[in-house]
Amino acid sequence: MSVKELIWLFKGVMGENAYQQYLDHHASTHSDEPPMTERQFWRDKTDRQDANPQGRCC
Amino acid sequence: MSEKYVGRGRGEAGRGDWEEDGGVLLQDPNLPSTAVDPDKENRGWTPLKIAIWVGIALLGGVSWTMLAVVRGETVNAMWFVFAAVCTYLIAYRFYSKFIERKLLKPNDRRATPAEYKADGKDYAATDRRVLYGHHFAAIAGAGPLVGPVLAAQMGYLPGTIWIILGVILAGAVQDYLVMFFSMRRGGRSLGQMAREELGIIGGTAALLATLTIMIIIVAILALVVVNALGESPWGVFSVAMTIPIALFMGVYLRYIRPGKVTEVSVIGFALLMLAIIGGGWIAETDWGVAVFTLDRVTIAWGIIIYGFIAAVLPVWLLLAPRDYLSTFMKIGTIVMLAVAIVIVRPEINVPAFSEFAGRADGPVVPGTLFPFLFVTIACGALSGFHALISSGTTPKMIEKERQTRFIGYGGMLMESFVAIMALVAALSIDRGIYFAMNSSAAATGGTIEGAVAFVNGLGLTGVNLAPEALSTLATNVGEESIVSRTGGAPTLAVGIAQIMQGLFGGAGMMAFWYHFAIMFEALFILTAVDAGTRVARFMLQDSIGNFVPKFKDTSWRVGAWVCTAIMVAGWGAILIMGVTDPLGGINTLFPLFGIANQLLAAIALAVCMAICAKKGAFKYLWIPALPLAFASVVTISASFLKIFSPVPAVGYWAQHFAFRNALAAGEESFGNAPTVAAMEAVVRNTFIQGTLSIVFVVLSIIVIATAIIATIKAYRTGGGPSAEDPAVPSRTYAPAGLIATPAEKELEAQWADLPQDKKPARAGH
Repeated sequence: MSVKELIWLFKGVMGENAYQQYLDHHASTHSDEPPMTERQFWRDKTDRQDANPQGRCC
Repeated sequence: MSEKYVGRGRGEAGRGDWEEDGGVLLQDPNLPSTAVDPDKENRGWTPLKIAIWVGIALLGGVSWTMLAVVRGETVNAMWFVFAAVCTYLIAYRFYSKFIERKLLKPNDRRATPAEYKADGKDYAATDRRVLYGHHFAAIAGAGPLVGPVLAAQMGYLPGTIWIILGVILAGAVQDYLVMFFSMRRGGRSLGQMAREELGIIGGTAALLATLTIMIIIVAILALVVVNALGESPWGVFSVAMTIPIALFMGVYLRYIRPGKVTEVSVIGFALLMLAIIGGGWIAETDWGVAVFTLDRVTIAWGIIIYGFIAAVLPVWLLLAPRDYLSTFMKIGTIVMLAVAIVIVRPEINVPAFSEFAGRADGPVVPGTLFPFLFVTIACGALSGFHALISSGTTPKMIEKERQTRFIGYGGMLMESFVAIMALVAALSIDRGIYFAMNSSAAATGGTIEGAVAFVNGLGLTGVNLAPEALSTLATNVGEESIVSRTGGAPTLAVGIAQIMQGLFGGAGMMAFWYHFAIMFEALFILTAVDAGTRVARFMLQDSIGNFVPKFKDTSWRVGAWVCTAIMVAGWGAILIMGVTDPLGGINTLFPLFGIANQLLAAIALAVCMAICAKKGAFKYLWIPALPLAFASVVTISASFLKIFSPVPAVGYWAQHFAFRNALAAGEESFGNAPTVAAMEAVVRNTFIQGTLSIVFVVLSIIVIATAIIATIKAYRTGGGPSAEDPAVPSRTYAPAGLIATPAEKELEAQWADLPQDKKPARAGH
């Protein structure tokens, strides 16, 4: 495993690629609406977490 | 590659359809196959493969022989690592594959919820290796670090056997099944599945049980932190600093550089290291000692107030950044510890079975090996809490059905390995010190002299504790005293500090490593406390909402605050009770934690069994039924002992009545309680503990009984209705395991060759 892949993996586990994932999804749906900006996306993400809490284990 | 796949039509009531895809799946002829051809995948046993597996089996066998049969004066820690890893590999390759082939039969031609419900946010297909990390970070917390430490009082062998065999036959099976069934149901939660499969009574009992179990789990986790921080100015300062650090990270991510998660985590980590080092300086100043030396009751109140505030603040400000920090620390420290154990290879001189393995009066946690070993070590072997994570969050991100084996079963094996490392760390410290740290203050009096007299009086072979050993270690780790630092966390911290100082920095660095380990555990636990309170609040709002509809609106401030307050009051009361308990707190409460966690596992396995039965998979029903039977026998008998045992140290009610009778007889002190007030506290605490035991066991028996009824019903009719989402053909492909097989690589290459506009959207590279 190369260093680049390790960094990719680590960032993925930390959740950093969420915006890119969203952009990819948005592009694939061929929507006419422009995607959220990075800032909007992360706000939206934490706001959604406010309404849908995720457990953390013991 | 334009083969058409036509599955068998759906039979009545899903009967006999188990092995197929539950419907007609027509694949897009313009795309490469969405599943590897089983004939290509199965290339038989080559001599090299056979040699590798024989080698793994031999190494595992030799390691187990060293641990269980040879049992020399000392045992090297490497045998634990080899025994665990070899057994995991064999179980993963053979048993989990058996479950996959015979029971679950995942079908890669079927789209997962991440594909057919894709929204780019919650439902987002995620690379399997990334998701493995995500899932592991969500399931692994302080549990596997604490339980094995406490169970070390019985010797090294019982804990080792249970952690390793428990995970491969029970814990990993539970996680795998729950994840798979939730994925087939669009990522539904365990509670929703229980309601669907077991009906209203079973479903409601499961929900109530989950809610009460969450309260007790949060309370006892918080108690572990309180015990680790009590009378420790260094620990209090550095752990308190995590709050401003998290707030800073939250603001940074919201306003300064949104989305730079790794960057902010690295900054947060650096600040955390500064907080640990700063704690050492503060603890040496008079004012620092005066300000940050807090007694346990004050710290408990601090955590209660913090828990409430954290649960009502917006997620971005405190919870999300703390979670990033916790994930960062978790992965970093676990990798570091694994490397350190392999390099340092500590020698362990604890007997395989200690004097307490056959008795019920162990000073760390009371009770006989059966059933109490199996509830003391819950996380790491079988943890019901995982069912809440394995249903819901992770299934919404799985890319292909066959990946559930790697993520569900494999993720739990990794947690089990963390438990083995914690056990090794705890075993590597001197036994006399171990008992001095883990016996309650009621036994040791909290003083070095008291601890030495108590431990040497236990009559343990080879244990001769000198007072200097305790005072030197306390100085080395930068604490006032290490006597009666119960709860497991400080013991593990000493173990980690001893191993790490062998690698970096020597004895001079021990204080740093000790506080690093305390910080690491406190961080996990506080994250679990925040998140647990929040999740429990939503569950409560949802339940109350059935009667008062306004409560269903989770953005309604008043409702949110009221429900948060109820939840915090619930665990806060138990926490305060544990902190002020004259009998020592953690050793009376910890069995309740394990029982609660395992009862949740029994509930999850019962739901899985009912699902399998409705699928008509009776031949392999033993796969969930076997761990279910074991978990039920263990937890129900442990609960019954806690409720009915006439031995006061074991039975809550025996203790309750012994103290009540003593009070009625006008005695002024009794057992470990020196005053009338303390005696009254014991009466009160044992009443609450005894009542909780009854509530848990009754709710769980209801759930298990409804599951058995559902299973028998399904058996009579040969199956039952399926609550799965309808099958949708997949339009994407990814390999199943960590490393792609040659057949998988070939198929991946075909997908990679597709023109850009035909490629499915997926995260990752």
